[in-house]
Amino acid sequence: MAAALAIPRSDPAGATPAAAPADALLRVENLSLTRGEKLILDDVSFALKRGATLALVGESGAGKSTIALALIGLLARPQVGLDGRMLFDGADLATSSERDWLRLRGRRISMIFQDASSALNPCFTVGAQLMTPLRRLLGLSKAQARKRAVELLEGVGLSDAESRLDAYPHQLSGGMQQRVMIAIALSTNPELLLADEPTSALDVTIQAQIVRLILDETRKRGASCIFVLHDLALASQACDEIVVLYGGQVMEAGPAETVLREPLHPYTVGLKACVLEIDTEELEPLPSGSPSFASKRPGCRFAPRCASALEKCAGEKPPLIETRGRRLACWNPVA
Amino acid sequence: MAWFAARKVLQTLMVLLIVSVASFSLLKLAPGDPVQLMLGSEYSPEAHASLMAQLGLDRPVAEQYLRWLGGFLVGDWGTSFISKAPIFQYAFMEALPVTLTLAASALALAVLIGVPLGVLSATRKDTGWDAAVATLTLTGTSFPSFYLGILLIWIFGVKLALFPTLGFVAPWNDLWGGIVHMTLPAITLSTYFLAMIVRLTRANLIEALEQPYIAAARARGEPRWRVVWVHGLRNVMLPLVTILGLQLGALLQGAVLTETVFSLPGVGQMMTSAVLNREYGVVQAGVMMTACLFVLTNLAVDLAYPYLDPRLRPR
Repeated sequence: MAAALAIPRSDPAGATPAAAPADALLRVENLSLTRGEKLILDDVSFALKRGATLALVGESGAGKSTIALALIGLLARPQVGLDGRMLFDGADLATSSERDWLRLRGRRISMIFQDASSALNPCFTVGAQLMTPLRRLLGLSKAQARKRAVELLEGVGLSDAESRLDAYPHQLSGGMQQRVMIAIALSTNPELLLADEPTSALDVTIQAQIVRLILDETRKRGASCIFVLHDLALASQACDEIVVLYGGQVMEAGPAETVLREPLHPYTVGLKACVLEIDTEELEPLPSGSPSFASKRPGCRFAPRCASALEKCAGEKPPLIETRGRRLACWNPVA
Repeated sequence: MAWFAARKVLQTLMVLLIVSVASFSLLKLAPGDPVQLMLGSEYSPEAHASLMAQLGLDRPVAEQYLRWLGGFLVGDWGTSFISKAPIFQYAFMEALPVTLTLAASALALAVLIGVPLGVLSATRKDTGWDAAVATLTLTGTSFPSFYLGILLIWIFGVKLALFPTLGFVAPWNDLWGGIVHMTLPAITLSTYFLAMIVRLTRANLIEALEQPYIAAARARGEPRWRVVWVHGLRNVMLPLVTILGLQLGALLQGAVLTETVFSLPGVGQMMTSAVLNREYGVVQAGVMMTACLFVLTNLAVDLAYPYLDPRLRPR
């Protein structure tokens, strides 16, 4: 499925490690997030250039979706403790007020959700939901907004766009619903698009189409995109940069091609084995278990599941260091 | 859509038919001979027989039912043997509007106050405000309505003399007089529904606000108030309207008590005195009117579903 994607990259991969280039649109620095006693994100850092695409990869519970929600200000703020910085075009999102967010959400940062069928309000027509941001945020008249909405729906490949505007979400298929979500997210030409597992609720046959559509449309607009994915192969084919997360910690991050071709972290190796070697019938699953969020536990989160763990892995957290064209947090890297 | 509506209407007609049979036969089976009652203690067997014939009571029961039903449909509801006035005039033209005005005012009051209170409780969940609203509405429900009515009369009618305490003024004749006379009864009747609406709105809205489409609406830049009052509340309408339709029976029951406390000449008062006087015709009229009201309201709720939730629209 992933192999069907042959997408030209926006810049030559592997040129620079993702260590906060000067022209970054977004720089997440030492982001930590606690919910009660649980440490959901632990010192996460990455950067995203203008017009580039980045994938947050990992299993469920890795904190990928939490990062996406934090980047659009939709975390339940009183219940979470946020530490670190999220610099978007120079302004720190971590300290943004709701008023600041109203100037960002939908205008400069927008989001595509996992399951379009529940992310579209069942009581309003597609047109109503698509035209609201056009009218409220861009100030278009009703007629202008309708015209623009038809163009947007045609742009995401919906046939018969005019009549789709008056349809309710449940009258569309899952793929069409996700196309509508994409049209809504792109309607205001945001600079940053967050796509939270945009294909996980869809048929395998149309997953690649949807990913490609998101990439094409963001590229056309010169926007940057963060994909949240659990499929390493799909991520590395779709995106310029990859950040591999486990239990809220960054395991390995760097240019997609470099990381996929030669993963150095045992977890990345495991993820790659899960996906790519399925044809060889030598399925090599990751040792079972799920990341625990014990707040004050030192060491690498992956250590309990890691086959090549050393004694110090459980006791001391490996620093994220630059090595061989990527950033890596591991005491005992592969090869 | 037309087929859906036709089916619902047909169902409603069936229910009404059953209700009419029940209401007719219940009074057939009730003890006491209405003819005897009308003639008094001294009468001849001939007078009894002729009155029986005059009222059609010597006919087969099925024929009596059909005659009664046919008469009911065209507004020929018989004559009260106490006031000698046509029952239709008294029950439908005079008593029913009073009860409808009372019920509608109480319901409007409960919705207009209850929904915003519920919304504020949901958005300020687990705060002092939420607890205060919950306590207040629970207190309101715990009072029996007649007690609350008497309390209101004593405070606002007698002590403060702000509102009249008795009687009905038709708001379509005298709008201000009607509002003033209806204020205390409407408050009395609405408390129970107010509490119910607050709790329903709160619970359903809290659930709705956790749905992904709420996060999605916020993600596309919609301000908090629009997310709550448009996206959230729109999805609360369905359960709210359903429960309100089903609770109409309780509303009409409550109206009987309220009418008694405030001396409103409505269906409740009419029914009470008719039962005491064994005025079967009036009781029948009352039963049929309340039953129709209840069934027709629920028909309206059923027909409203497809408008409230597009997913329920038949293809």
